[in-house]
Amino acid sequence: MPELGRAALVAALGLILYAAIAGGWAAFRGRRRLLDSAASALVAAFAATGVASLVLLAALAARDFSFEYVARSTSRELPLGYTLAAFWSGQAGSLLLWLLVLTGSASVAVGLNRGLVRDVLPWAVPILGGVSAFFAILLVFIASPFVTQAAPADGAGMTPSLQNPYMMIHPPMLYLGFVGLTIPFAFAMAALASKRTDERWIVATRRWTLAAWTFLGFGILLGAKWAYEEVGWGGWYAWDPVENAALMPWLVATAFLHSVMVQEKKNMLRVWNVVLVAGAFGLSLFGTFLTRSGVINSIHSFTQSSIGPWFLGFIAVVAAASTALILARMTHLRSRTRLESLVSREAAFLYNNLFLVALALTILWGVVYPLVSEAVRGVAVTVGAPYYDFFALVFGLPLVLLMGIGPLVAWRRASLRSLGASLLWPAGVALAAGVVLLVLGAGSSPAGLVGYTFGAFVLAAIVLEFARGTRARKSLAASGWLAAFTGLVARNRRRYGGYVVHASIVLLLVGAIGIGGFSTTTEARLAPGESLAVGGYRLQFLGADQRRGPNAQELRANLAVYRGDERVGTVAAGKNRYLAEQQTSNEVAIRTDWLRGEDLFVIGDRFHADGSVFLKVLVNPLVNLIWLAGFVFVAGALVAMWPDAREQRRLAGRLALARA
Amino acid sequence: MEAFALILAALLTVALVLFVARPFLRAAERQDEHLEDADPAAALRLALLEERDRALAALKELEFDHRTGKVSDDDYRELVGSLRREAAQALRALETKEVGKGERVRANVRR
Repeated sequence: MPELGRAALVAALGLILYAAIAGGWAAFRGRRRLLDSAASALVAAFAATGVASLVLLAALAARDFSFEYVARSTSRELPLGYTLAAFWSGQAGSLLLWLLVLTGSASVAVGLNRGLVRDVLPWAVPILGGVSAFFAILLVFIASPFVTQAAPADGAGMTPSLQNPYMMIHPPMLYLGFVGLTIPFAFAMAALASKRTDERWIVATRRWTLAAWTFLGFGILLGAKWAYEEVGWGGWYAWDPVENAALMPWLVATAFLHSVMVQEKKNMLRVWNVVLVAGAFGLSLFGTFLTRSGVINSIHSFTQSSIGPWFLGFIAVVAAASTALILARMTHLRSRTRLESLVSREAAFLYNNLFLVALALTILWGVVYPLVSEAVRGVAVTVGAPYYDFFALVFGLPLVLLMGIGPLVAWRRASLRSLGASLLWPAGVALAAGVVLLVLGAGSSPAGLVGYTFGAFVLAAIVLEFARGTRARKSLAASGWLAAFTGLVARNRRRYGGYVVHASIVLLLVGAIGIGGFSTTTEARLAPGESLAVGGYRLQFLGADQRRGPNAQELRANLAVYRGDERVGTVAAGKNRYLAEQQTSNEVAIRTDWLRGEDLFVIGDRFHADGSVFLKVLVNPLVNLIWLAGFVFVAGALVAMWPDAREQRRLAGRLALARA
Repeated sequence: MEAFALILAALLTVALVLFVARPFLRAAERQDEHLEDADPAAALRLALLEERDRALAALKELEFDHRTGKVSDDDYRELVGSLRREAAQALRALETKEVGKGERVRANVRR
């Protein structure tokens, strides 16, 4: 029923335009009923977009190739899971998902904040409508998923590298992150437009920002896991422009989540915070532009399209409007509070912000420079991993160090003696860890050794914070250790949830250094019966075989894996020849040793007519800590964003008093 | 099939339009058609309440940090005075502005 899908999208566009225009007029003229109607239009647009999404899902499930979109992204042999995931694997479908998530988030955000920021909402509704209108216009006029054709006998199928379970969840996570950043942006701009620049817009959008940031962070890690398993070069992050597209807004949102605490505690950094919110949103749009415009050549970019100029135009409008609004409201944002000391918690947050933003801007330049060079000079250049690695080290290591120092410094000012006393234990643990690692041979990677030492420092600082906090809580509440611990976390979820997130970053660091600095690689051409040795393993080539998979011809080299003289298992690495797509993909074999945290990673590179195979084999130590970090990260983020009833009551009481 | 889809689309459109028009259909129930104008006094009160809460929270945090050992005795003595002064200033400013509402504010602060 493509007609229903088209009609639903047109209805969504009409409703969204109404929300933007009528909402703007209601805010300008102070019309309550018009505003309520405009807010309802956002909900109605969500419903209409939902209907359009159901139509597309039904067409995908039925493999209705009269839909151009379905024929282009699926085939009869494609398993159902991937067929449904084709919803977001193509251009139009992913834009539809953007709009669905955006109108849904906007409806919920407006509905939940009618009490707390009711005087900011009149401007939030048209801003949310304006952003949604852009995506609805693209869907109706530029990239509709409901274009029909005479149905071919079979579809073109899905790009083989997308046929991976992680691709069923990684893109929606990123979209939830990208789209989620719209909410704090809309409320921040609405607070400026309505001249209500007090703390409420931050409180109203805090969980939205945290949720968007969590989705984005987890989505980036899921993408890394996909790249590790599917792209098959043995690494996990390659500074690909599309990977960077998600990392940049995540870094800026991270900076915001830290600096916003300074505004809440000290009423400082008010201009900086709205700049960060606008920057994170602008970068999320830029990220979508990079992924979807086909302007860059990336393993993650699957489309070539004409939406690039539209996106650039919209990003320019958003940047210009946000800048103008921030400048116009500068007098409302100025703070009378000043930094009291360079040795204080707020100063630590400021340093953290400078490093995070510097890293994000450095990555942005690395992404943009090739585009600028090609546009201006006509010369295609590539900014490679060494550029990013250098700046990741220069800005990343001080950031890790600050993760350990920051929590131990008091607000306002701390004497160096007091700070020294706080740092003594973590520094001692770090030093001991460094010496032990040096003795164990970790000195082969000096940057890795420094990273591990800093990581030990951060973990020790986190443990110290939990231990001292629990002890103080125990003496205050005269309770047991467990009650003191849970009371400590419950009373300041953001702080202690944040520490868990810091621990996840240390895990990520340990895993990244492990694979980056200490992995072992070997390559060899083996005939059946021959062996190769790598990193304590011996692999014996047993022979190759072919089998028919659900939608591909699978060629595998079977290898027996030995550790010492003991045979510990068998792995099969090779290639898949996808029939509908007429493409070949590498299918690596990964054997995980959970006790050691390492992977044996086998790439069946070339199969020869004489029955031999050319293999590349890596032993990646500690790589699994990267994936573990993802779960710890989500756990910490959940603690941080868990609703705090006491805070809600306090805010409601304050607002009631102010309005009394 | 096409006709069925078009009927569904028409029904969807009517339902959505009715949903959006609800605030106007219920117009008679509404007393306050105009959104509240910005109230400078309420905004100032809110700013002062934020200031008060910030100062009280800072005092509470300082006490806890002192108890955990993060803030030394010397640093504590140096900081606690200025924080108490700030909290007192915020409370005084609130009471000055709270003509007719002072009792409620004080009650809330005590709570």
